[in-house]
Amino acid sequence: MSQTVTVTVDGEEITTEAGRTVAAALMLAAQRPAWRRTRFDHDRRGLFCGIGVCFDCLVTVNGEPALRACLIPAEEGMVIETSERGARGE
Amino acid sequence: MSPVASSTSASDVLVIGSGAIGAAIAYYCTRRGLSVTVVDSGAVGSGTSSQCEGNLLVSDKEHGPELDLANYSLKLWQGELSEHSHLWEFENKGGIIVASQDSSMASLQRALRVQREHGIRVEEIDVAELKRYEPNVTDEAVGAAFYPDDSQVMPMLVTAHLMRMAAEAGARIWPYTEVTGFLRGGENVLGVTTTRGSFWADAVINAAGPWGGQVARLAGVNVPVEPRRGYVLVTEPMEPKVFRKVYAAEYIDNVGSSDGGLQSSPVVEGTPAGSILIGSSRERVGFDTTFNPQAVQQIAANAVKLFPFLAETRILRHYFGFRPYVPDHVPVIGPDPRAPGLWHACGHEGAGIGLSVGTGKIIAQAVAGEQTDLPLEDFTPARFDELSEASA
Amino acid sequence: MSERRCDVVVVGAGPAGLAAAVQASRAGAQVLLIDQSIRPGGQFWRHAAEEHDADPGRWHHGWSTYTALASELQAAVDAGDVEYLCGHHVVTAQQISPAQQIGSAQLQLTIQPVPELAAGARGLMTVRAPAVVLCPGAYDRQLPVPGWTLPGVMAAGGIQAFIKTQGVAPGRRAVLAGTGPFLLSAAASVLQAGGEVAAVCEAANLTGWVPRGAAAALVPSKGAEGAEYIRLLAKHRVPYLRRTAVTAIHGEHRAEAVTLSRLDSNGAVIEGKQRYLDDVDLVGLGWGFVPQSELVVQCGARTRVDVDGSLIGVVDVHQRSSVEGLYLAGEITGVAGATAAVVEGRIAGRAAAREAGYTTGGARQLAAAQRDKVLRVNHRAFAQAMHRAHPLPEGWESWMQQDTVVCRCEEVPYQRLKEAAQTLSAQEPRGLKGTTRTGMGWCQGRMCGTAASCVARRSGAEGAEESAVAVAKRPLAAPVRLADLAERDPSA
Repeated sequence: MSQTVTVTVDGEEITTEAGRTVAAALMLAAQRPAWRRTRFDHDRRGLFCGIGVCFDCLVTVNGEPALRACLIPAEEGMVIETSERGARGE
Repeated sequence: MSPVASSTSASDVLVIGSGAIGAAIAYYCTRRGLSVTVVDSGAVGSGTSSQCEGNLLVSDKEHGPELDLANYSLKLWQGELSEHSHLWEFENKGGIIVASQDSSMASLQRALRVQREHGIRVEEIDVAELKRYEPNVTDEAVGAAFYPDDSQVMPMLVTAHLMRMAAEAGARIWPYTEVTGFLRGGENVLGVTTTRGSFWADAVINAAGPWGGQVARLAGVNVPVEPRRGYVLVTEPMEPKVFRKVYAAEYIDNVGSSDGGLQSSPVVEGTPAGSILIGSSRERVGFDTTFNPQAVQQIAANAVKLFPFLAETRILRHYFGFRPYVPDHVPVIGPDPRAPGLWHACGHEGAGIGLSVGTGKIIAQAVAGEQTDLPLEDFTPARFDELSEASA
Repeated sequence: MSERRCDVVVVGAGPAGLAAAVQASRAGAQVLLIDQSIRPGGQFWRHAAEEHDADPGRWHHGWSTYTALASELQAAVDAGDVEYLCGHHVVTAQQISPAQQIGSAQLQLTIQPVPELAAGARGLMTVRAPAVVLCPGAYDRQLPVPGWTLPGVMAAGGIQAFIKTQGVAPGRRAVLAGTGPFLLSAAASVLQAGGEVAAVCEAANLTGWVPRGAAAALVPSKGAEGAEYIRLLAKHRVPYLRRTAVTAIHGEHRAEAVTLSRLDSNGAVIEGKQRYLDDVDLVGLGWGFVPQSELVVQCGARTRVDVDGSLIGVVDVHQRSSVEGLYLAGEITGVAGATAAVVEGRIAGRAAAREAGYTTGGARQLAAAQRDKVLRVNHRAFAQAMHRAHPLPEGWESWMQQDTVVCRCEEVPYQRLKEAAQTLSAQEPRGLKGTTRTGMGWCQGRMCGTAASCVARRSGAEGAEESAVAVAKRPLAAPVRLADLAERDPSA
């Protein structure tokens, strides 16, 4: 329970409890309620449906783009990039 | 809207089909002061026009009436209709045919010579130039041809806005109204019977696309339009990576083909919304709606060869539509001497969106008794045999 | 591309799927159970790994049912009777045409690894079987509201899923709004996770709906569960506001406050009856549930519109659809909750095994089957009564603003939808899609489908059905890499 996981989010190291999804790590450890920007209005989006249906929470993980942050377990050393900071989130 | 047409419902023109062709006819007829009624068995534009790509191409044309109609239509899109271009996302982006083998480059060059002689604007480009146009295209390319006039529209928006403008000019539109037969006075066609009553009209125009053959049969005449099924794949939205309409050199051969089996060749293009459309397959399977994984597989394989980055791109959906195929590949446009009062405007195969406005305008001119900008004889339905007993 | 064969394929390891897999396996069938998640349980019994949460049962109802099913599944997996393929999506489902039929297989599925759970995993797999039980579950039904794209606004079910897996609430002070008893369940989860709940807004009137009324008496556990939520809310002094909706969500970069409005009997906003509620950082929205129906539609099975407006698969008393070999269980046959889903799963599991040639005899089994038949009828009756008590408010468009986004993926504002419906002859969702891009994005209309089919549809039952099918028509149930499509061997 007390284990932690360290991931890189947009170049910044973040330590979160083990067992977190990437979305939860972003919200709870990185204190970011939103991390994706939409392609037309550059609207901020974060977690919405929370179960992999809405695709609002897309992130790039270890170079693989457009993955649903709500479904990915955060793992040690993971490199997460968000479209809020320039990565492809669409 | 009342659910049943009044028994005295009459107009100058009755259009069967509310796709792009029907909408263009309605648009141009209302502009001539004609009263217009449009009936469709489903929702507006719910047939082929909502299941295609919106090509305005000269690159896939050979010389002949279809090329004339394409050039004429292009002039309309870029001329008198240009004030509406933004409504239907008109983009004069140009088309590129890519040859990946020396043999296909050779046949492309042969085709170019003929096309040039007939006034199609096209330039042969080398690999370096091709890469400037399309940096992400395959490294296997040996050469290409660039067609500056190839353009794109959003087909549903074309259909919906032409229909809106026709309606604003008085056209009456009856969706979910299926034609069940024709009102006749001897040989003459005087109107149609439908699931919502009878409609009388001086001119009844068959713009039923791939269903045009069935409609003609209801009137007892043979117009051999058959459905030809084509799949299109739609990718995830992404930043622009494909800038023109890009085809493989095999595409031209396929368009002119009469083979009924499954064929496919890649057609890849970006859209303003960010997704990439990938076509296309061609197969004559009637109105079969069962999924053909083989068609999707072939399209995908061909597209990845043309644009290797697509391998890692995700497809969100695919769709298919039925293209109105005619054996001689020439659209059927004009009055039917075998059933006076009946006109046809169908059989445009995979080019109907692009050719819709030209078709609509010459039909409207003819119905209004004006000189047509193109000779209708080239497209006449009289070229087909009488309806045989077997096909009746 | 690999291919698998088995007697019965079960899609989904939620309450219905678990029960179906276990039951079919008991009957002797070789079962393949396919599920999207890493762990079984579905949305309802979604939970963290044991090493991260020693007591996942505290977040759940019917947890002992889950543990019993899960351990029986595990035993069957260990014995080699069930293959459990977690972390996989079903992408397509089709009937095998007679010409392509080999052996007794009647249905064919293509499946792929869920990319989020298997980094770099590639390829599609084909599965053929004589019987398939689809238990695809459901997700929260949404109606748009001004501000609903702000961070901090979530599906009510998403909030609960977060709590069940992360052990904490995704916000500090929540408002739950929409309709249906699930709002109470989600609110209870927030409280239990240590969060605050400022209000639960129920759009329905609920007059005539007594949780322990006639229908509830058929399913006593439901009545007890409801009463437990009400007690918990009362203990925390959480207002349960009926005929009230969140009609605007405010905030600059995230949700900070909401407007609550009283609704008239039509579900429309009553002007002047608004309340501003601030210090809210979490808004949970849910208007019932939408069953995942695309695989059913792909197979060509008969569907209909249920009382709650959902498109559902039509089944007989054995959960058999109109397609040979295709069985449906759980929310896909009508949203009725987990207990009903377990019953339906058992029935479908038995029937699917029978279809594959395994008959279950014995007096005990027959009695159990008979009991399930009765339970199924009671649960259905309860669900119908519940849906009637929690209708979608007809007047929901009264809280929309011109610029409120309806399609979250393609960012289509309400105004554009209305214009298309009024002037561009968009009389059904497909027309709206073609003219406005509504439903064309990543989620393929799953979030905006309900709203789109309200804005554009023909009146009458025919219109509702046409509209629902149009929204559910998704030839791919999940995005697929082009390379994977290109590799698929269609003859397999």
